[in-house]
Amino acid sequence: MEQLIFFIILIMLGYFFGRRAESKHYRSIEAREEFWITRPASTYKTVSQSGRTIRKSELVSGNVVISVDYFKRIAAGLRNLFGGEVRVYETLVDRARREALLRLHESCSDADEIINIRLETSSIYKGKRKQVGSVEVLAFGTAVYFEES
Amino acid sequence: MLMTNTEEIPGKRTTAFHGVVSGSTVRAKHVGRDLMASFKNIFGGELKGYTELLQESREQAIERMISQAEQMGANAVVNLRFSTSSVAAGAAELYVYGTAVTVE
Repeated sequence: MEQLIFFIILIMLGYFFGRRAESKHYRSIEAREEFWITRPASTYKTVSQSGRTIRKSELVSGNVVISVDYFKRIAAGLRNLFGGEVRVYETLVDRARREALLRLHESCSDADEIINIRLETSSIYKGKRKQVGSVEVLAFGTAVYFEES
Repeated sequence: MLMTNTEEIPGKRTTAFHGVVSGSTVRAKHVGRDLMASFKNIFGGELKGYTELLQESREQAIERMISQAEQMGANAVVNLRFSTSSVAAGAAELYVYGTAVTVE
C-alpha cells in the first residue's frame, strides 16, 4: 500500500512538474528560434552567398542533455504493451534537438552563416531497469564570417 | 589550429594532406551529479551537470586530437566528426576524428 502511494505521488510529481517544465521550455525555444531565423544555417557544404570573400571559419557546437520525467517513463512503459507512437518521447527529443541547435547559434552570435550542420543523438544514461533516462543531442557545424563589403 | 566539419576550410586552399587524426576520452559521472540526475528523472528537465561534463570531455578529446595533428605538422583539421558511445554502465566515451591538412 505504501509503495503504491509513493508510486502515485511520483507519477503526479512527474506529470505536473514535467509538463510545466516542458511548456516553459517550448516557449523559450520558440522565442529564441524567432530571433535566429534570419541567419542562414544549412546542412549544405558550401556557403549560400558564394560571391563574398570569407574572413574566417571555425567549428562550433552546442549540446544539451534532457531527462525524462517519471510520468513520461511510465506512459512510455504502458505504450510498450500496445505498441505504436510514443508521443511523450517525441517531444523530449524534439526539445533536445531544437535546444542544441539554438545553443549552436548562440555560441557564435556574430557569425554570418553556419554551414554543414550535423546533429547527433545518444542516450547517455540508462536508468534502472535499462530504461532510457536522458538523451543527449550534440549539434555541430562550421561558422563562416564574411569580409565586410 | 583551424577546425571545420566541411571537407575543406571555406575560402582557403588545401596544400597537403597528413592523414586521419583522432582523440578520445572516457569519462564517468560522479556521485553528486548522479544524485541530481536521479532527482531530475522524476521531475524532468535539463541535466546541466551532464551537459557541462560532456562539453568538457569533448573539449579534452579535441585537445588530444589537436596535439596529434600538430605532431604531423598540420595547421588545420577538416571533415571533423564526433561520436559518443557508452562503454560501461555510467561511463561514456567521447571520440572525435578528422583529417589533418595544411592550408595556405
